[in-house]
Amino acid sequence: MSDRSADPSAAATAPVVPGSLLEIFLAFARVSIFSFGGVLPWARRMLVVEKRWMSPEEFNDLLALCQFLPGPNIVNVCAVWGSRVRGLPGVLACLFGLLGPSVVLMIAAGTLYRRYGAVPELHGVLTGLAAGAAGLIMSTAAQMAAPLLRRRPGPEHFVALAGFIAIGVLRLNFPVVLLVLVPLSIALAWRRVLPKESAAR
Amino acid sequence: MRSEPATLVVLFVQFAVLSLFAIGGASTVVPEMQRQMVEIRGWLSDRQFGELYAIAQAAPGPNVMFVALLGHFIAGAPGAIVTTAAMCGPTCLLAYGVSRAFERFRAARLTMAIQAGLVPVTIGLIASSALIIARASDHDWSTFAVTAATFALATWTRISPLIALAGAAALGLAGLVH
Repeated sequence: MSDRSADPSAAATAPVVPGSLLEIFLAFARVSIFSFGGVLPWARRMLVVEKRWMSPEEFNDLLALCQFLPGPNIVNVCAVWGSRVRGLPGVLACLFGLLGPSVVLMIAAGTLYRRYGAVPELHGVLTGLAAGAAGLIMSTAAQMAAPLLRRRPGPEHFVALAGFIAIGVLRLNFPVVLLVLVPLSIALAWRRVLPKESAAR
Repeated sequence: MRSEPATLVVLFVQFAVLSLFAIGGASTVVPEMQRQMVEIRGWLSDRQFGELYAIAQAAPGPNVMFVALLGHFIAGAPGAIVTTAAMCGPTCLLAYGVSRAFERFRAARLTMAIQAGLVPVTIGLIASSALIIARASDHDWSTFAVTAATFALATWTRISPLIALAGAAALGLAGLVH
């Protein structure tokens, strides 16, 4: 997998500043409407690849933080990003864009469900969509791992692999795995952040 | 449907409290939602709960929108808005506060170690989700082929994944995917 095709934005270092609140609202509304099969791939694609409002590393950092805070991860990521670029109005533009169209759609879907229930054709469509969505999330995982794969194998690779095996393959208890892996990963990171910091300054 | 204010208040409080336990994403508290809404309050049946969940998974938008569908079923459109606000509002405030604190102490070694330590765990978790979702959705070679094709398109081309998903849905509608 070549880096450029895996993530066309990887070469761009400085994130682009969004033009207006309306632009932010519309971009997130588009994500909301088109994000079949999970919002993470679409939000990342919009923020990192298409608009370049965030660098791949910034996205990974913020998602990592929000993943371990309570609440819907991507909603939190978007709200924090909105507050960084535009303060409270930015948060509201992101949230109304991301959630507004979905709430309307859910009300419509709920009304239809009450009226019609299950239709056989629907089942086929849902099966196809689910299989496609699985490919999308796999692609997002590959793109998020790309910065890691570019580096020499080290403790980070071990942690990522251990998490994948424990949760994905062995299906171990989620809170227990996190309780072990997160402190371990932070301790391993403790050893490598200082040289990096002094090199940067 | 129960749109009276008392129901809306109960919904708001319950979902706001639930959201604070949703570490790792909204889907981690779905079992607890089921217990509260189905078993304790009896606002809907187990089957209805499962079907609403499937609809929310198939629809575009964040996974958390399942709570809007649930809120709508219980208390109509106001219920959908109340559950969404309760599930997203408090945690967004919390995420904002924590991320600001992180920004302020950006250069501190502990902050850097926490941030740097969380990233590889997250990558492992996202890869796990990918595997778990693929296992749940791929029943035979036809669904596996759809997953592989979507993966290839989204990873190595700039073609919109929407086109791949539309193709996948069309194959499903035609009965070619099982």
